[in-house]
Amino acid sequence: MTGPASSSPGLRASAETLAAALPPLQARAEQLARTLLMGGHGRRQAGMGDEFWQYRPAQAGDSGRAIDWRRSGRSDGHYVREKEWQAAQSVHLWVDLSASMAFSSGDSVPPKRDRVAILAMALSLLLMKGGERVALASLGTPPRIGALQLRRIAEGLSQPASDDYGAPDTGMFLPNARAVFLSDFLGPIEAVEQAVGQATDRGISGVLYQVLDPAEEAFPYRGRTVFTSMGGGLRHETLRASDLRDRYLDRLAERKERLAQIAHHAGWRFATHHTDGSAQSALLWLFEALEGPR
Amino acid sequence: MWVLGPIGFTAPWVLLALLALPILWLVLRAVPPAPIRRRFPGVALLLGLKDDESETDRTPWWLLLLRMLAVAALIIAFAGPVLNPRVQQAGSGPMLIVMDASWASASDWSVRMSRVGQALDEAEASGRTVCILPGSDVPPEGCTFLSASDWRPRLAGIAPAPYGPEFAAMAEVVAGLDESVDTLWLSDGLEHPGREDLLSALQATGSVTVFETGRGALALGPLSVTEEGVFLPVLRSDPGAAQEVTVSTHGTDPAGRARVLAQETVTIAAGQTEAGVTFDLPPEMRARVSRFEIEGWRSAGATRLTDDGLKQREVGLMTVRGSGEGLQLLSQLHYLRSALVGKAEVIEGALGDLLMANPDVIILADVAQLTGAESADLLDWMTEGGVLLRFAGPRLAASDVARNEDDPLLPVRLRAGGRTLGGAMSWGEPKRLRPFAESSPFYGLNVPDDVAVSAQVMAQPDPELAARVIATLEDGTPLVTRKSVGQGQVVLFHVTANAEWSTLPLSGLFISMLDRLSVTSQTLSLEAADLAGQSLQPRSLLDGTGRLVDATARPPVSGEVFAEARASAATPPGLYQAPDGIRALNVMSDDETLRAMDWPADVVVTGVTQAEERPLAPILLSAALIVLLADLIASLWVSGRLMGARVAPVLVLALMLPTEMRAQETDAEALALAATHEIALAYVKTGNAEVDRVSEAGLRGLSRILTARTSVEPSAPIGVDVESDPLGFFPILYWPVTADQAIPSASAYTKLNAYLRTGGMIVFDTRDADVAAYGSASSAGVKLEALARVLDIPALEPIPEDHVLTRSFYLLREFPGRHSGGTLWVEAAPPEDQVEGMPFRNLNDNVTPVIIGGGDWASAWAVNERGAPLLPIGRGFSGDQQREMAFRFGINLVIYVLTGNYKSDQVHVPALLDRLGQ
Repeated sequence: MTGPASSSPGLRASAETLAAALPPLQARAEQLARTLLMGGHGRRQAGMGDEFWQYRPAQAGDSGRAIDWRRSGRSDGHYVREKEWQAAQSVHLWVDLSASMAFSSGDSVPPKRDRVAILAMALSLLLMKGGERVALASLGTPPRIGALQLRRIAEGLSQPASDDYGAPDTGMFLPNARAVFLSDFLGPIEAVEQAVGQATDRGISGVLYQVLDPAEEAFPYRGRTVFTSMGGGLRHETLRASDLRDRYLDRLAERKERLAQIAHHAGWRFATHHTDGSAQSALLWLFEALEGPR
Repeated sequence: MWVLGPIGFTAPWVLLALLALPILWLVLRAVPPAPIRRRFPGVALLLGLKDDESETDRTPWWLLLLRMLAVAALIIAFAGPVLNPRVQQAGSGPMLIVMDASWASASDWSVRMSRVGQALDEAEASGRTVCILPGSDVPPEGCTFLSASDWRPRLAGIAPAPYGPEFAAMAEVVAGLDESVDTLWLSDGLEHPGREDLLSALQATGSVTVFETGRGALALGPLSVTEEGVFLPVLRSDPGAAQEVTVSTHGTDPAGRARVLAQETVTIAAGQTEAGVTFDLPPEMRARVSRFEIEGWRSAGATRLTDDGLKQREVGLMTVRGSGEGLQLLSQLHYLRSALVGKAEVIEGALGDLLMANPDVIILADVAQLTGAESADLLDWMTEGGVLLRFAGPRLAASDVARNEDDPLLPVRLRAGGRTLGGAMSWGEPKRLRPFAESSPFYGLNVPDDVAVSAQVMAQPDPELAARVIATLEDGTPLVTRKSVGQGQVVLFHVTANAEWSTLPLSGLFISMLDRLSVTSQTLSLEAADLAGQSLQPRSLLDGTGRLVDATARPPVSGEVFAEARASAATPPGLYQAPDGIRALNVMSDDETLRAMDWPADVVVTGVTQAEERPLAPILLSAALIVLLADLIASLWVSGRLMGARVAPVLVLALMLPTEMRAQETDAEALALAATHEIALAYVKTGNAEVDRVSEAGLRGLSRILTARTSVEPSAPIGVDVESDPLGFFPILYWPVTADQAIPSASAYTKLNAYLRTGGMIVFDTRDADVAAYGSASSAGVKLEALARVLDIPALEPIPEDHVLTRSFYLLREFPGRHSGGTLWVEAAPPEDQVEGMPFRNLNDNVTPVIIGGGDWASAWAVNERGAPLLPIGRGFSGDQQREMAFRFGINLVIYVLTGNYKSDQVHVPALLDRLGQ
C-alpha cells in the first residue's frame, strides 16, 4: 500500500478515509460491471485452460499421465484429453488522478476523477472476470488477477495526485499487452504522444479515453474572470470571458483532433466521454474497444 | 431652514456634497468591476489568448448612473428635506386662539385639537402667551393670557357644543382686550349669525388666520310625515362633488333593545346642498323610532331626535249605544278592530268620551244621526285636525241625513235608499273597483280582483263631487269621498264596515286604505299656544358629538321659551318632557339651512393639508437602499456571478408565498366542508394538548353512541379555534375550561356572541365537579368567569327538574360525567305558573345558549380508536352505570340542541287529550 504518509496521526485518518472510500467504489464498479457479464474467454484452440476442448489419439511424446484412461478404456486406442487454451492478457490502466481531474462544474455532475475511477474499477472487474490480468500504472506492480489485485487497484485509484496535469508513464508496461489511458488530456500533449509511441514500439495496443466535464465543452463563462488551473499552477486573466469562448472551443477541437491522430497512427482507439453522460455506455465502449482488434 | 419650492432643507450645507458627484463618476468609471476567480482545468488551452479591446473593462454607464443616484439620494436625505415645511409664524406678543367649537366641528374635533396643540407648541417655542376662546363656553370674565404649558392640561376640558358658537359674547370679550393680539381662528366653516362682527373686532386688534378642515358639514333637517313615509332632508354646507350619505334610523326592537331599524342611502348631487330621504316604515316600527343619524358623522347636527310626533296614533271607535248582542262577525266594528290592532291605539266608547280623549281619528260605522251638541263638538275637533272616518250602512241609507243640503259631517250629499247590485231582485253584477286615480291618496295600491261591491249609498251629483271622490267603482260611482274641514277632514266609505255590502273589509286593500287615510292625520306642529304656561323638564340632551346624555338634573324650561327656542346654551337640543308627551328640540330648526362661510379676501384661510409637514429623509434613505440593492444585483449580473444556484432560493421564496396562501384557503374550505357535509360535534381547542385529545376522544365516543342509538349520525368531531375558525357551522360547542387557557380576542368574542344569539349552544365544562361547585373559586371556575364576562349570557339558574333537557331522549334525573353530583346551570326560565293538569311547566321555549357544569363529560364519553373507554370511571358496575348515564346525558344534550322545545310540546299531549275528552 502506498500510503501518503507513514508518519503518526495522519496515517490512521487517511487509512480510515481510504477504507471508507473503498467499499462504495468497489460496489459501484461491481454494479456497473454486472451489466456487462461476459461469457467464455476461450482461444478456440487447444492449450492450457480449464474447459474441455477435445480428445485426440495419443501420439509419441505424450506423457503417460496425459492419457485420459476413462476415454481410452472405451476403445482400443489411447486418447489424450485436451483443454482449450485460455491465455490471459495483460491490461495496463493508466488513470489520470491529477488535480485537473478533480474539476466538476456543478452539483449534479460528478468530478472527472470519480468517473474515471469508477470506469477503471469496473473495467478491471470485467477483465478479471474474463480471466485477464490487470495492472494500474501508478502502482508500478505487474499485472495480476484476483481479489487482492482488485483491492490494490481500488486503493491506487483513491490516491489523488497533486500535479496539475497527469502524464502517462509506460515504463512498467509489459510488451504485447494492452493499455487503457483514462484522462482529460488537457495537459501537455507531447507527453501523451511520447508515451503512446513508446508503448507502440513494444507492441502494445490500446485506447485513449478522454473524459471531460460538460463545462469544459461549453465554456459558459462571462465577464471579467481570472482562470486558474486546479492546482493553481497556471493562470489566465480575461476581461470578457464570453469573448474567449469561440477560440477556446477551437483549441479544444484541435486538441481532440490531435489525440485522434496520435491514436490513429499507433493503431489505437480514441473517444471522448462527458461526465454528464452515462458511465455504462462509456464502459461498454471501452470494453468493446479492448475486445475489438484481437 | 432653506426652502426650495415645496421642499425645505434643515441642513442645506450638506447639499454641497452633490458637487463631488462628477468626481465620483470619474473615479468609479476608472475602476473596473472586480474579476471572479474561477478554477478551470481548460485554462491550459486558454494560455496565450488575447482579449479583444472592449469597453466592458469599465463599469457600464447605467450602473454608474445607478450608483450616482444612490449617492445623490443619500446626500439629499442627509440634508434633511421636508415637504411642505411649516414656516415659523413670525410674530410676538400674546396670541388668541378662537374656536367655534360648535356641533359642526365635532366630526373632526381631533384634527382641530391637534392644530391647537401645534399652535401651543409654536407659541411655547417663541415664548408667547396664549388665550383660548371657545365659542361653546365663553368665559364671562374675559380672556386670560397664560403660557402654552398652562393651557395644555385644560385642552381636554374644551368640548364641542351641540349648538352654534356664541359670537356676540365672544365679540364682547375681544372688545375688552387691552393689547393687540394675533388670532388663530378654528372655524367650523359655517356661516353663523354674528361672525362678521367678531371678525371685524378681531381684525381691529391684530392679524387673523383662519383654520378650516375643509370637510364641510352635514346635518339632518326637520322631518315631516308624508303619505310615502317619514321624510328627512339631508343638508350640507359645501355644494361640491356628489356625496353619498347613509341615514340610519335608531330605535328599539320589540324587546326594548337599541337597534338600527332601517337605513337609507341618499346621494346629494354635485352642486346641490340638499337631498331628501324617505323612510317607508310600517306604523308599528315608526312608533319605536327614537332618532335618525347620518352614519359615520359624529355630530349633534347629524342627529335628529324624534318625539311623540312619530308615536302611534289614537283611533276612536264609536260604539252604538244600546246595540244588542249580535253575532261578532256581523258587527260593524269587527273588521275595523282587526285592521287596527297593533297599528293604532284604539279607544272605544260613546262619542262624548271619545272626544274628551282627543284621538287623531274617529270612526263612525253606520251612524246616521248625532245630537246637535255632539255634531258641534265633532266639528270643532275636526277643524283642529281630527279625521272623521264614516262608513255607510242600512241606517245611514234609511235616514235622510244630507239629503237636501250639505251635512258638515258628510263629504257629499246622499241620494235616498242607495242601490243594490247583483242581488236576487236586481240586474247588475256586483261591481269591482276602478284603479285609483293619481290624485287619490290611495294611488298606487293594488286593487285585488275579488273585491266586489254589492250595495252602496249613492252620492248626489254635485259640481264639487268630482273633487271629493277618492275611490270609485268601475262604473264611476263614488266609493270613497272626502272633504276637508278646517285642518281636519271627513271621509266616507259608501259601503259598510262589515262584509254585508261588499267584500272590501275582507281584503288586504282595506287595511292599506285605512293606513293611507290615518297617516294623513299626523300632527307634528309645535304650537306655541299649546305650550304656554307649561314647563318642560329636560330628560336627556345631546352633546356636540350627537350622543344623548342624561339631563334630569337641569332646571326646567318654560313652555313659552321652548316654543320659540333654537338650540343654544340656555336651551340645548335634546328631549324635553312636556305634560302631554315628549318634545324634541333639534340642532337644526325648521327654517335653518347650512351655508358655508365666505371669508373676505384679506383673511388668510389655511387648511389641514397645507399645514402637514412631512420629512422626506426616510423616503430618500429607503430609495437609496433600494437603488443600492438594485446595484448589487446588477453588478453581480454584469460580472457574471448571478448564476442559477444563487437565484434559485430567492425565486423559491417568492413562489412560496402565494402557494401558502392557497393552502390556507383550502384549509378554510376543508373545514367548512367537513363541518357541513354531515352534522359534526365541535369542541374548543384550549391549547392544552391533553385536554384537547380527551375532548376529541369524548366527542368521538358520543358521536358513536348517537349513531348507534338515535337518528343523529355525526361525522368525526372537529376541534375549533375560536380565534380563526368560523363557528356558524356547529350546533354545539363543547368548551372544556382550563386554568391556563388564553382569553379570546375581541373579534373572537364578537363571533362567539353572534354564535350564541343565532342559536348556537356552548357547553362550558369546568371539569371539577368532584372538588368544587360552580361559582366557587376553583381555578377553572375563576377562569370561566373571566372567559364568560364578555359573552352575551342570559340569567342562569340550576337546571329545574322539569327542564326539557331531562326528557329530550332519555328520562334523566342527574347529569353525571366523570364526576357525578355537580350542578348544571342553564338559562333561567321565566317564572310561570304550572297549568293544572300539565305534568310540566311550559318553559324554555328557546334552547338555552349556554350550559355550565363541571362533570368532565368528555372524559366519560372518551373512547379510543377501537371504541373502548379511554379513561376509568368509578369502580366496577357502578362505574359502568355512571358512564352509561353520562352517555345518556350526551344524547339528551344533542337531541335538545337539535330539536329545541319539541319535547316540551310533546309532553303536553296526554294532558291535552285528557282535556279534549271531557
